[in-house]
Amino acid sequence: MAERYELRFSGAGGQGLITAGIILAEAASIIEGKNAVQSQSYGPEARGGASKSEVIISDAPIDYPKATVVDACLAMTQEAADKYANGIKEGGILLLDADFVHNAPEGNFTVYRLPITRMAKDDVGREIVANVVALGAVIGLTGVVSKDAGEQAVLRKVPAAFKDLNKKAYNLGYSKGKELAG
Amino acid sequence: MAYDYDKSIRPGKLPHIWCPGCGHGIVMKGLIRAMDTCELDRKNTAIVSGIGCASRLPGYLDACTLHTAHGRGAAFATGVKMAKPEMTVICCGGDGDGTAIGGNHFIHACRRNIDMTYVLMNNFIYGMTGGQFSPCTPTGAIASTTPYGNPDQVFDISKLAIGAGATFVARTTAAHPREIDKLIAQGIKHKGMSIIEVLDDCPTTYGRRNKFRSVIDMMKHLKANSVSVKAAPKMTAEQLEGKFLTGVLFEDTEKPEYCEQYANVIKKAQSA
Amino acid sequence: MAKKVALLQGNEACAQGALYAGCKFFGGYPITPSTEVAEVLSVELPKVGGKFIQMEDEIGAMAAVIGASLTGAKSITATSGPGVSLKQELIGYACIAEVPCVIINVMRGGPSTGMPTGPGQSDVMQAMWGTHGDHAAIALVPASCQEIFTETVRAFNLAEKYRMPVQVLFDEIVGHMRERIEFPEPGELEVIDREAPSVSPEDYKPYDSTKGQVPPLAAFGSEYKYHVTGLNKADDGFPTTKASLVDAEERRQVNKVLDNVADIESNEEYLTEDADVIIWAYGSTSRSARYAVNELRKEGIKAGLFRPITLWPFPNKRTAELAVQAKAIVVPEMNLGQMVFEVERAAKGNCVVAHEGRVDGDPLNPGQIMAKVKEVL
Repeated sequence: MAERYELRFSGAGGQGLITAGIILAEAASIIEGKNAVQSQSYGPEARGGASKSEVIISDAPIDYPKATVVDACLAMTQEAADKYANGIKEGGILLLDADFVHNAPEGNFTVYRLPITRMAKDDVGREIVANVVALGAVIGLTGVVSKDAGEQAVLRKVPAAFKDLNKKAYNLGYSKGKELAG
Repeated sequence: MAYDYDKSIRPGKLPHIWCPGCGHGIVMKGLIRAMDTCELDRKNTAIVSGIGCASRLPGYLDACTLHTAHGRGAAFATGVKMAKPEMTVICCGGDGDGTAIGGNHFIHACRRNIDMTYVLMNNFIYGMTGGQFSPCTPTGAIASTTPYGNPDQVFDISKLAIGAGATFVARTTAAHPREIDKLIAQGIKHKGMSIIEVLDDCPTTYGRRNKFRSVIDMMKHLKANSVSVKAAPKMTAEQLEGKFLTGVLFEDTEKPEYCEQYANVIKKAQSA
Repeated sequence: MAKKVALLQGNEACAQGALYAGCKFFGGYPITPSTEVAEVLSVELPKVGGKFIQMEDEIGAMAAVIGASLTGAKSITATSGPGVSLKQELIGYACIAEVPCVIINVMRGGPSTGMPTGPGQSDVMQAMWGTHGDHAAIALVPASCQEIFTETVRAFNLAEKYRMPVQVLFDEIVGHMRERIEFPEPGELEVIDREAPSVSPEDYKPYDSTKGQVPPLAAFGSEYKYHVTGLNKADDGFPTTKASLVDAEERRQVNKVLDNVADIESNEEYLTEDADVIIWAYGSTSRSARYAVNELRKEGIKAGLFRPITLWPFPNKRTAELAVQAKAIVVPEMNLGQMVFEVERAAKGNCVVAHEGRVDGDPLNPGQIMAKVKEVL
């Protein structure tokens, strides 16, 4: 992989995107032994409105812990897309929740669309796991960590009673992401 | 035979800094007698104070003594007690120290009901700095910073302590030396926050500005205006006007003590 | 066996470092962006028989920490700039009474309430000069989650060894970001406990300078009874106004740090050997600086990084040497100029010293530093 890969997850506060970022950072750093730094927006904005979580992954030690040029960005809502889907590098990736983001920002990157929230609600059965569907999709789309590392990291994070649900959500997201990547 | 105070006083530390006629010495002797009554092991006793004349008291006594910063005595004492609950912790200080700059620490120590005994010497004035008015200076009284009479209203320390959650609250005066040691001893024995308010005199910075011709006058004033809680119910509102109630004003033995509460936290954390 | 690893926030790593060091008491007051330190310790301290107390205010928290430390418990508090301002009165008390304790300052912007969730590095002078009166200070400035762990341990060690408050300053960026932490095994990092007195209780003097620059400290509730005060005092702990005693005690308390700089100092250097320009940076800003050094080197500019990990006492000697070697020193800080004045003082005019500041709540990024370097060269 590239020396430094930068991801940004954004959406509405409470959608679990900070958790998604933490899970990805764990997959990279704890399970795959790479270097990873996760950071997030704080304060009132984390509890409503748009919130973001950034993950930097690298084989080398990570100096600057914030995004410089974003390799892959996820936006779950229009507000998040407007506020945080920027600084994406040329040839980078922007994944949108197709049902909630109608105006995609313009730039020299590829825009992908998946009905992430609807997939969680209709195909997995619980809207609350939309963040895990999104995480799976991002990993499928970018290959930034292995499918297995992502799954392990998800399962480490959730209580026993919710493991099957989250596994289903992750795998659905992953396969759709992989399909998009072609 | 005279009472042996010397064994409780650190060698070479007397004379004290207090002015002739100051009531703090009477309170210190009362505290020594109370500590003897309770047979306190001085190695296991911390006496903590803030800043001011009254807060100089710990330095004279043979124990683990902690003279802190202005108003902070109760907060330091909370740290000592919390870290080593097996120690007996006694706080002392004046009215300005305890209820103005240290007011927040005072009410919250009361609220927690942490097991310590706070001997608050209320002489109605900031003595050490030269007689500025405190939250306990009577309205209308003259202080170095109320040259036209004090426009402020007054704190009732004991009521404040009860309202804040202390579980043993008593008041007496420097004119009732025997009651001082009795009440402090009760406070030490009480499990929880004990406030012993001792109304006391500052002849140098309060008395001379407020028409008390002598220390005797001030003592007489304290005595004449004290009404024991036992006598009070038989008196009319008019008779009680301007008087201070003395004796045990409030006692609650049911409310849990803070260090015991935290011991339960430790148990829960360790069994989880 | 493989070491335990975890993805932790800087604030969480700080709490874990405290536990590793044997911390048994936390007294604090909630303040962003430091609250995770308190939250983790509220869970973990009772498990090891330690005590956690949330006090009524910042001052009370500092008071409780000093009181607890006097009973022998290793004690810590965590706050942010406004909280440190309130604690300054008692940080001075801990200095003069010589009571070991650790103060964590997760820095945000300001002054006053400022931007509570934004990063800043504007408390670095406060760490040295915040409390009144003459005193020495030790302040450590870790730059990563792992280093927050190890520097918190070192802060306890220095506090215990030198009998004084030690501050650890990191900013919101490192405090809130998550990185992988490797937990050191017990015994892997040095853990220092304060020296206990060896004399009999009758002969004990808490400030006896014949016992060395740092006299042993007895615990309240042991066999030793003694007096502690914030007044100038003699070797027996009792107040004195005798000029010679006051002078000797004040000097001892400052010199115990200044005479031991070699033991307290800790710096990291990166590509400084042949550097024409030194980026002198600490905390999270040093990460931007390191990134900038690599980029500048790619462009053929000989840049190097000097990173103090101990900020106070100030790294005078090495800064002075680098000023002779380099054409310029650039000091990026998330403030409008604080440590840069110390660097200037140490540089004695031997090279250009330039400041690059940022106070808008965004991190000081590598691009800014690179631009400044190019401007001064």
